[in-house]
Amino acid sequence: MRNWKGKIVLILLAAGLVLLGCGQEAPKPQAKKASEAKPEAAKPAAEKPAAEKPAAEKPAAEKPAAEKPKDPAAEAKSDPPAKAGEKTVIIGFTSSKSGKFKTEGGRQINGLNLWMEQVNAKGGVKLADGTMVKFAFKDYDDESNKDRVQELYTRLINNDKADFLISPYSSGLADASAVIAQQYNKIMITTGAASDSTYKKGYTLIYQAYTPASRYLTGAVDMLAKLSPKSKKIAIIYEKAKFSQDVVNALKAYATSKGFKVVLFDGYDKDTTDFAAFINKIPPKTDAVMGGGHFADTSTLTKQLYEKKVNAKLFAFLVAPPEPKFAEIGAACFAVVGPSQWEPAAKYSEEAAKAAGMTWFGPSVQEFDDSYKKKYGEDPSYHSAGGYAAALILQAAIEKAGSIDTDKVKKALDDMNMMTFFGVTKFDTGKDNHGLQAGHDMVYIQWFKDPKGEFVKKIVWPVAAASAKPFVCPAR
Amino acid sequence: MVHQLINSLTDGFLLGFVYGLAAMGLSLIWGVMSVINLAHGPVITVGMLATYLLFVHVGLNPYLAIVVVAGIGLVLGLIIYITAVHRVISAPHLSSLLATFAVNMIILGIFNAVFGGDQNNIDFSLGSLSIGFLNVTYSRLLAAVGAVAVTVFLYLYLYFTRTGKSIRAVANNREAAELMGIPSTRVLALSFGLGSLLAAVAGSLISTIFPFTIFSGGPYELKSFVICVLGGLGNPLGALLGGLILGLMEGLIPIWMPTSWVPVVEFGLFVFVLVVRPTGLLGAK
Repeated sequence: MRNWKGKIVLILLAAGLVLLGCGQEAPKPQAKKASEAKPEAAKPAAEKPAAEKPAAEKPAAEKPAAEKPKDPAAEAKSDPPAKAGEKTVIIGFTSSKSGKFKTEGGRQINGLNLWMEQVNAKGGVKLADGTMVKFAFKDYDDESNKDRVQELYTRLINNDKADFLISPYSSGLADASAVIAQQYNKIMITTGAASDSTYKKGYTLIYQAYTPASRYLTGAVDMLAKLSPKSKKIAIIYEKAKFSQDVVNALKAYATSKGFKVVLFDGYDKDTTDFAAFINKIPPKTDAVMGGGHFADTSTLTKQLYEKKVNAKLFAFLVAPPEPKFAEIGAACFAVVGPSQWEPAAKYSEEAAKAAGMTWFGPSVQEFDDSYKKKYGEDPSYHSAGGYAAALILQAAIEKAGSIDTDKVKKALDDMNMMTFFGVTKFDTGKDNHGLQAGHDMVYIQWFKDPKGEFVKKIVWPVAAASAKPFVCPAR
Repeated sequence: MVHQLINSLTDGFLLGFVYGLAAMGLSLIWGVMSVINLAHGPVITVGMLATYLLFVHVGLNPYLAIVVVAGIGLVLGLIIYITAVHRVISAPHLSSLLATFAVNMIILGIFNAVFGGDQNNIDFSLGSLSIGFLNVTYSRLLAAVGAVAVTVFLYLYLYFTRTGKSIRAVANNREAAELMGIPSTRVLALSFGLGSLLAAVAGSLISTIFPFTIFSGGPYELKSFVICVLGGLGNPLGALLGGLILGLMEGLIPIWMPTSWVPVVEFGLFVFVLVVRPTGLLGAK
């Protein structure tokens, strides 16, 4: 009796392995195999419903076959059929709906959803053979957790048959997902992820929408030199995370090369809430405090610097300052500078694109800003714009390639040199940094107090894009 | 260097009082009924969240909210005792450990479903006090004052009221206390309530200094364990002393080492005390 049960389990396991193996190579025969395997798998379960294992495994074995008719994408992946019609392309990603990236991740998803709504409302994208492609998202909550990300992206590719991928928010999570995308030969646009190191690993299908971390805070050093030429000392306090370490290492090197002295270079663990130890370490007469990490820790650090009456000419931090929510820390936000991937006041336009000799694609800054406000009732942050832009880049590449074939879309991405409402998009196609963003630039915002006493942020750097003049932080 | 040392010591010292208060709750419950309360962390979170919600939705000053939070903590403690702890109070330790752990999971589950993991911040800035180079935020100062005040109240209550004396009697010898006509069930419930009250108030004070998430109670629960072992389980004064030591260590260690080493040193000390003086600094022989 026990032998008999064991055999069923073995058969099921074998069937499962066959399914899995086929799923990774060619989708078409897999669908065929699945239907063949199904009666085999279903039979023992039907014969002996009480047997726990077969009953439990049955749905799993049945799934691919059952999903087949519902899943046009599975067919779409082999050469596009000659008949013109409509097709749905599945874009897969995970989103941090819970955990520490909830704020930033949520905005990114808002941007993505807005893009899909708009592109599908226009009827989708027309391919070279006349097929109209519409888009659908498949997403999971990754709980801001690296381990979940790899598991879920594998699932997106194998079970949900995603055609293209977009990264989760944050460099750490994006880096974890990029491995999976490259392994399964899927194109991934990373957004909300600025770390440089992901692109130094020899990947060929990962493309970065954001300005890389190495260029995040270097502008703040230039700004300090211009604002207060006598400044010499910079204190750097940063989160020990992939992204912020990439940023501050580049910042430290750049500041030193410009003749500044880095008087404090200290990292804090993620989830730190008490920064007293770091603040007490800042030497007197420090000219600028820079660094930070992600939203939660950086806003807390800023607040505690203010409460501790730390005086410096410039406070420049990552991620948090450009977020509208940053104003919630009250007076502590005043005069703080932050690099932003994008701001609603950015001056990218069709004319600017023409002047720079590149193509323009997608909505204008104004159109994006308006439609986002209308849909979500809040100002878009750069995370929102980054989400939208990632999908827009993919759309532009598919349109140019006239196909959803991975190789053709990859070629279109490699050749890309365009301007959108988000800024310039151009990828490094060299062997060492393939996919690294080479065209996009940061803008720097600073928090002002308007006559009504409310805090507002304005673009202060670079001068060409500035809507206001930067100022030295007054004594606290 | 001297400036940094004094600033760090002051910050750590003030925070130590709040740590001590949180640990006192754990210590009291252990001392009276020999139950290791694993729901301690979530109760601290309850204190934080209650203060936050009262501040955001009712506009109540977070320092006044402490009174309300104390009431909430007491009632919550009574409920936890009656529903989860009372039945297993005489059972082996593992049962009460599991029972309070279940309460811990239930409270965290509810919070995760209702509030999510977002960081909450009570935007009530009081600025800071500067004396020469010394700079102390008022929020830390007030939290320390609050912790000391609650400790004094607890002391007066335990030593100068009838119910307080019964709690001490039950802690000393439950059977003997029952023979003297002390209603031990009621006293045990009250002690658990008081322990929770202390945890909730500590949470409330912490929330005025640092931002928090629903999981923030956990680290303070761990700290409370270290403090209790350090100061002597079951001795509230030992808890306060342990809290101060831990606070000072947290202020001092980062001056010479990266902050990542703080827990290593803390738990190293935990093990060291367990080996060298298992009863703690002020523990009974």
